[in-house]
Formats: sequence, C-alpha cells, structure tokens
Amino acid sequence: MNKEEKATTNKISRKTFFRYTATIGAVAGLSTILPAYAFSSFKERDVLEPTGAENILDLIISEIPINIDGKKSTAIGINGTVPGPLIRLKEGEDVLLRVKNELDEDSSIHWHGIILPFQMDGVPGISFDGIKPGETFEYKFPVTQNGTYWYHSHSKLQEQLGHYGPLIIEPKDTDPVEFDREYPILLSDWTFESPYDVMKNLKKMDGYYNFQKRTFGEFFKDASEDGFVSAFKNYTSFGRMRMSATDLADVTGATYTYLMNGRGPESNWNALFKKGEKVRLRFINGSAGSIFDVRIPGLKMTVVQADGQNIDPVSIEEFRIGIAETYDVIVEPKEEKAFTIFAESLDRSGFARGTLAPSEGMAAAVPILRPRPKRTMKDMGMNMGDMKMDGMEKKEDSMKGDKMEGMNHGDDHKKEEMNHDMMSMSGMSSEPVKHGPDRHGLGAAAIADNQFNRLNEPGIGLGNDGRKVLVYNDLKSLEPNIDKRKPEREVELHLTGNMERYMWSFDGKEFNEVDGPIEFTQNERLRLILVNDTMMEHPIHLHGMWMELENENGIYNPRKHTLLVQPAQRISALITPRDKGRWAFHCHILYHMEMGMFRVVQVSDKNGGIY
Amino acid sequence: MKSLNEIVKRIPNIFSYNILLNINFRKIALILLPLLIFTGNSVKAQKAPEFSNKILPDNKTYFYFAADRLEYYSIVGLNPIVGDVQGYIGKDYNKFWFKAEGEALTSEKEGEMEFQGLYSRPITSYFDVQVGLRYDVAYNSITSNSRGFAVLGLQGLAPYLFEVDGSIAVSEDGDLSGSFEGELDLLVTQRLVIQPRLSTSVAVQRVEKFGVGSGLNNIQLGLRLRYEIKRQFAPYVGISWNRKLSETADLAKLSGADISVFGVVAGVKLWY
Repeated sequence: MNKEEKATTNKISRKTFFRYTATIGAVAGLSTILPAYAFSSFKERDVLEPTGAENILDLIISEIPINIDGKKSTAIGINGTVPGPLIRLKEGEDVLLRVKNELDEDSSIHWHGIILPFQMDGVPGISFDGIKPGETFEYKFPVTQNGTYWYHSHSKLQEQLGHYGPLIIEPKDTDPVEFDREYPILLSDWTFESPYDVMKNLKKMDGYYNFQKRTFGEFFKDASEDGFVSAFKNYTSFGRMRMSATDLADVTGATYTYLMNGRGPESNWNALFKKGEKVRLRFINGSAGSIFDVRIPGLKMTVVQADGQNIDPVSIEEFRIGIAETYDVIVEPKEEKAFTIFAESLDRSGFARGTLAPSEGMAAAVPILRPRPKRTMKDMGMNMGDMKMDGMEKKEDSMKGDKMEGMNHGDDHKKEEMNHDMMSMSGMSSEPVKHGPDRHGLGAAAIADNQFNRLNEPGIGLGNDGRKVLVYNDLKSLEPNIDKRKPEREVELHLTGNMERYMWSFDGKEFNEVDGPIEFTQNERLRLILVNDTMMEHPIHLHGMWMELENENGIYNPRKHTLLVQPAQRISALITPRDKGRWAFHCHILYHMEMGMFRVVQVSDKNGGIY
Repeated sequence: MKSLNEIVKRIPNIFSYNILLNINFRKIALILLPLLIFTGNSVKAQKAPEFSNKILPDNKTYFYFAADRLEYYSIVGLNPIVGDVQGYIGKDYNKFWFKAEGEALTSEKEGEMEFQGLYSRPITSYFDVQVGLRYDVAYNSITSNSRGFAVLGLQGLAPYLFEVDGSIAVSEDGDLSGSFEGELDLLVTQRLVIQPRLSTSVAVQRVEKFGVGSGLNNIQLGLRLRYEIKRQFAPYVGISWNRKLSETADLAKLSGADISVFGVVAGVKLWY
C-alpha cells in the first residue's frame, strides 16, 4: 500500500470513527452522563476538535449526575460527561484549549504525556496556580507529537470522581499503523464513597479494602498442597516481616466499580466491527488506583503503540496496563460474532468489560475472574537463589564482583561522576543488585535487599496459564531515539512506603519532607534508576519529558511517560530533559501521590534559569 | 547555542505564518533573545509558582477514635461493663494519643478507670514511643482513690503481626509499675476474626490502697470472635479469664474478692 492509499484509508476511518449503531433507547436515560464515544451511533460532532484559525477548543469542568450500572451518584465531568469528551488534536498545530472551572473548588487539567511548555502542564502549585472557581484558563501550546494520550485533573482527588478523558493526536505524516476503525477504551475505577473517605480509611486501617486476605481455610488448603511445614514457613515469614501476601491493591472491588468508557460491567460498552476489518483499540488506564490485565478471548492482539509511541508490532494475548499507561492494539476479528473485552483488576477483585461485536446489543461469554495471586519472597526482595527455593540457580559469578560494585551505589544520588566503563554498561543486569546501606528510615517499612531486572516478567498473576502476555522487554520503538549519547550521570530514586502507616514516599521521604526539587540540566543525558523497595507495583510518571526505558533495545528503547515498576524491581531509563521548568514526578496511584510519593524535577539551563 | 535554538523554535506562531520571513525572523530572534532575557522580558514569560513542598495533603492531621472493647462481662454476681478506647489526633510524625480503660460493676457502685494523654512519635516503621500522663481512679460506695503517673510506652506492630502496647509508669508517690498487652487477628473468613488477647501488669512497690502487690499483678487472657459487618463496626462474643497473682492475689483474698474470674464477654469493636 503506498502512502496516498494509506492516507485515504485513514481519512475514511476517521469518518467512520466509532460509528457504532446502538440501543439508544436502552441508554437514553444515561445520555447526559456518558461521553458520545461510549455510545453507539457516534456522530462526528461528538469528537472534540479545535476550530477556527486559532485552533480553539472549550472545556467545562462541572459537577454532574452520574449513573453507574443503575446506581446514581455525583461526579466531576468535563463538558457534562464521564469520561470527558474525546479530544482530537493534530500534530504540528498550535492549539488553544480553554478550560472553565464551574466547580466550587480549584481545578486543573493535566495533559498526560504531552510535551509542552511547563506553565501549560496543568499541575497546581508547580506549573500554575490552578483554575479558581468560575475562572477559565487558556492552555496554549504547540502539538509536537502524536498518539494516544489522556487528560485528567491534578487537583486533590478529583480524578477519582471522573475528571479524566481521552486525548488522541493524529500524526502529521502518514500513520504507520493501518486500521479501518478505531475506538478509545478508557478504563477507570469508580467508588460511591467519597474519595476523601477512602483516603481516611486507608490511613486508619491497613488493608481496609482488602477482602482477599489469607484465612484459616486457605492455610489448610496450602498445607494440604505444599505440606504443612512449607505452608507454615510461608505464612510465618510474611508475618515475621509484618507483610501481607495479599497486598495487591490498596483500593479494591470492595468499593470500586470498574469502568470501560464510563460504563460499569453490567452496562456492557459496545464497539462494532465488520468482518475482516482492522480495529484499533486505544487502551488508556485512567484509574485512580487500579492496574488492569486486559484480554479479548478469541482474539490475538497486536500491540502497536505504548504511551503514545509507536512500537514494533508485538502479537500477544494479554497485557497488563498500569495506571496512566496507554497501549494501542490492533485486532482483526475474522468471525461475525461477539468478543468480550475483559479487563481484570490486578488483584482479581473485579473487572471492567465491554463487547466487540458485529452489531449492537450483542454479548459474549464473560470470563470468570482468575484466583487472586499471592506475593512471593522475590517481591519482598529476597534472593530466591540464596534461599534455594523455586529451583532458581544462584550463579557463581565474576559479574557480581567489580562491575556490580559499581552499580551498587545504593542511595548515593549525589554521586554524579561516574566512570565510563560503567556508563557503557546498560543500566540493568539480570543479576540481582544489592540494596545500599541506607534503609530510608521509618517511611520505608521494607527495602528490597535484592533488586531484580524483571523486564521479562509480565507481573504477578500473569503468564502462568499459557497465554502470551506482553512484557516490558517486548517494547521496541519503531523510530530510533534522537539522542544517542551515553548518560553523563545517574539519578537513583527508591520507591518506598509504609503500608501500616499508609505513608508513601521516595527514598523514605514524603514530599513535604524535602527541601527542593530534583535538579536536571537542560539537554544533559542522564540515567534515571528506579528501585521499588515496596511489595506493590507503582506506576511512576514523569511530566514533561520522555523516559527511554532501558530494555536492551539500544537506540530503539521505548519512550514512556509512565513506568510500571514491579516489586523489588530495579529499572532504568535514559532521559534528555529538553524543556526547562518544573515538572511533577510521582506515583500515579492517586492515593500514593497524595500521601507524598511525589517530587518536583527542575530542569534548568546552565545558568540555573528555568524560563 | 543549541538550547537557544530550542527557545527560538517556541517563538509564537505569528512569525512562522509567513514562511518566507521565517528564517530571517529566527536569525533576528537569535540575536534579540538574549537581550530580551537580559532585560527581563522573556518570551511569553508566565511565572510559575515558586517551589513549595506544601502542595499535597501528605502531612495532614487525622483524627482517630477506636473502641477496641466495649463489652459486657458475664461474671456471676458482678457483671461488669468493660471499656477500652483509644485514639489520636495528629500527623504522621507527631500525635496526641489518648487512652482510657476501665470497668464498672453493674451490681453495685464499684469500678476502676485509667485515663492517659500521651505524646506519640514513631521511632521505627512499626513502633511509636509514647510519653505522657496517666490518671487512675478506683471507687466504690464508700471511698474513691486516685493517683497520677508519668508514663513511657511503646506501641505498635510486632513481628508476626502482634499488636502490642507496653508501658512503664511512675506514680506521684514514686511507685514504679509496668503493663503490657498484646493481641493478634486471625482470619476465619474475610469478616470473621478470632482475636486472642493477653494483658498483664507488674509493680515494684506494694500499694494497698489500690490493691496492688509487689511483683506480677495479674494476667488476663481473652479470646474474642468478631464479625466485621463494616470495617468500623464489629460485634463480638468471647471469653475472658482474669487471674490475680502473687501479692496482689493475697490482697484480693484479704478484701474478700475473687482472685480468679472467668466469664463470657459480648460487645462491640468500633472505630471512626
């Protein structure tokens, strides 16, 4: 197919964008609270595109009634819907996005993953003062990228209340991804409780929303399967460390209803296809606290984009999507039948679900939730080799000696001069790296004594059932990265937390305990190392610049705005900070961010200026 | 120079509308820009807030109140009501912690209570050190006695998930004593919880007025089965055995009180 033909295809596909015909009648009552793309019979006006010479687009943030699977509540919507409207921009244009706040509290919109001047980044207290009630803020920036992104509030807990929406940027040039039809699939979580109560509950009781803890019954089951001694040892080793093997998600299906484009599982969001079409599904995880495992039983998925960046297509059957990540997949249904789009929460306490079908109102079998997984000793940073468990071999290595000594600078972030031998190594190794002497104080209930690469692991609860699951090592950028320099220095940050006290931090320090920003210099080349000292996954988001995940693909390392860091994982990314200013850097689990797992990264020029 | 180019690229679009002039403008801008910055009129200068570490609620004050035990203790002839409440107001690193524990007989006017007000500060991931004052009252139909203490305690979560609370106290008269309690939650189901509980106290001096002998005073063992209707509200039933020991037992015998009581308890655990 030549370029022109491709362009035509895309033009047509844009016209038929989300043209799903639907059971409007059944959902008429909901029409005020769901965005148009959550319906059938999609009309082009429902996609919000900038208009006029100045490319203006207007958004209004306000309180709206919401109806989740028949139950009513109040949410924060954008232009009257949850999720907000699908915003479609074009690469290469300058846009003016006017956001009016009709709430009676401050609000904001952050354009997640978008490279822009930092004053337009939408983080109150960092990039601007926030949008006061009744005021309108004008976001003006050039659109210099393309792909699938999203936008959301960066004020208080508004994101949990529905303040988010999808953002798609069309490429300036021909899209390397071919498709006939496309849908955004925004996954999120909803609670009928006040999110401020959720936060209080988490603060006051460890495991408040965990109703999948280990019980007597499970102990006896484990004892009969693995032997009493082995089960007893496992239970007591978790107990001794004051950890829970079922610490999978802070907020769970006990209070959450999981949504697909604003619809609960009962309401069955519908997407249509014609046999033989290539359907592009743009998955966005807009949750406040839920990581999802997504699959479409009966269909292979080809991942073509991650975090808005095109990647070498990977054929898979399932993928895990961390909070704030995006994955675009292509599916090609060859049969005229319904397929369930199934997104299980990581802890298996619930699911979001929709249907991909040739006509409206169809449904396929909904899979049952798989059993909730359990944390392992490895998640607690124990070296399985040392423990002689799991049959994993501990290698007698010459590796560990000199070279790893270099890696093992633990907490010494200030150590900026690094020798070049080390720089030539990739950031990661398959051998576990030992933790440094700094245990990060009481803000860190535990540290990962051994830090693992884990880039080839799909994550807890995945990969054991024969399905091909996406791993970070599969992500290979389609275009080479521009900056081919080796890193001049390293910045190492540890993800730390104390579940019992519900304190979350970097290096054991909550944001309120640090005196200043993390300093980056404009256009320097640096390596950011993230070590997860906790037993939970953390989606770490860096505003304003790309993180080139070091997964052995060299100049084709994938560019990410959010890295889902597994327990006891040591992960690294190369960064060239191009845009000056102050940028937020945080865990995208909303409650972790609010509790202090947050930093400001300041990018200054050589004279220290940020403007 | 490279960075300057970056900035120039961001110069408002009015320049780039005229493609012919575009390059010239860039060049001119490259010369003018340092001047502009120097005079403080940076291009599109929109001041962002200064760095602040106070933009999150990560150092918020919380209020917590818990009634760990509010129960009726069925002992023949005595039938006391037992209360054990505590809570705090404060932030992660500084809390005012309050505790009150006591029992009052329903059969006659008799009871004892203690109240504590403590400053609480975490010293490890799982433990708080607490210092403050305690005030004890014991009364019956004839008399009422009270005394004050200075208290130093340690409260938190011990390995193997035991909730423990231990303290030493010096009374206003200089008498030294200590107390300890520990409990463990064992899950039968997600909402049905068995909680074994142990508490004990010890004194160095004998204080007859309060029926306290020197040495180990007593040991109390309980086993409660609660059902968490909500996390914050869990009714329970259980058993409790309280045995006075050594000199304290002797003093009890002299006053005609039981040295060992065993009974069924029923109550509710709640918190806010």
